[in-house]
Amino acid sequence: MVYLTRLEHFNAAHKLFNPAWSREKNEDVFGKCANDNWHGHNYELYVTVKGEPNPDTGFLFDVKRLSAIIKEHVTEQLDHKNLNLDVEFMKDKMCSTENLAIAIWQQLLPHIPPEITLHAVKLYETPRIYVEYFGL
Amino acid sequence: MNENKVAVFRKEHFNAAHRLFNPAWDDRRNADVFGKCSNPHYHGHNYELIVRVVGVPDPDTGYVMDMKVLSKIITEEVLDRFDHKNLNLDTTYFRDLNPTAENIAVVIYTLLRARIENKFDLKVKLYETERNFVEYPA
Repeated sequence: MVYLTRLEHFNAAHKLFNPAWSREKNEDVFGKCANDNWHGHNYELYVTVKGEPNPDTGFLFDVKRLSAIIKEHVTEQLDHKNLNLDVEFMKDKMCSTENLAIAIWQQLLPHIPPEITLHAVKLYETPRIYVEYFGL
Repeated sequence: MNENKVAVFRKEHFNAAHRLFNPAWDDRRNADVFGKCSNPHYHGHNYELIVRVVGVPDPDTGYVMDMKVLSKIITEEVLDRFDHKNLNLDTTYFRDLNPTAENIAVVIYTLLRARIENKFDLKVKLYETERNFVEYPA
């Protein structure tokens, strides 16, 4: 079994705000991340797939195709967008890095070819904060 | 005594939303020039700021400048104003100024210059992304 990772990135605005709560409670829980007029990040996305290398090519999977899948179904919908307002697959969800990683997994899964398995989505919100999701 | 001058650097970061937009232009021209950076709902960055101060080390302390003091000045002048903010909407500096990395760097320099003694040379480097960064003064 070999694991193959492709790194992509996108820049986006968001805020953490639960509309069911008062402004005070949002500020208590989310602090400055609840700023009304948004803030933003340079997100780094690591997508890892696993499987056996193809004996003819030596490749687990054509990484250019993996990149194209990530771009079409994930980064083109997120890059230079407002995650709360502009992204269909984040609608009615809290825009935490955790939820974004899960949503990215769900966006990718139907488009991963049968010869490989989606293993992990690792998403950096800042150079010091990241989450990992393994589909479980 | 130029030969005794030393450059000291302090690195800080802030996360902010912004949008590139020229109000004198119509939406189409803004989209043509600024592309996806002009998204009406904003986008955002992890900005990395490197502040460079050049001076002669003080004979008593060995410091060009106390880094705790420099950090405090950057926090008060820059981070408290820009971190987790919308640069277009939540700050006064970009009401009539496009918040490009270039213009943000000039604003930061001006804010810091007012707090750092003139005997020190000052330069700021601002990373908008890992691959896009600007420096002022050039």
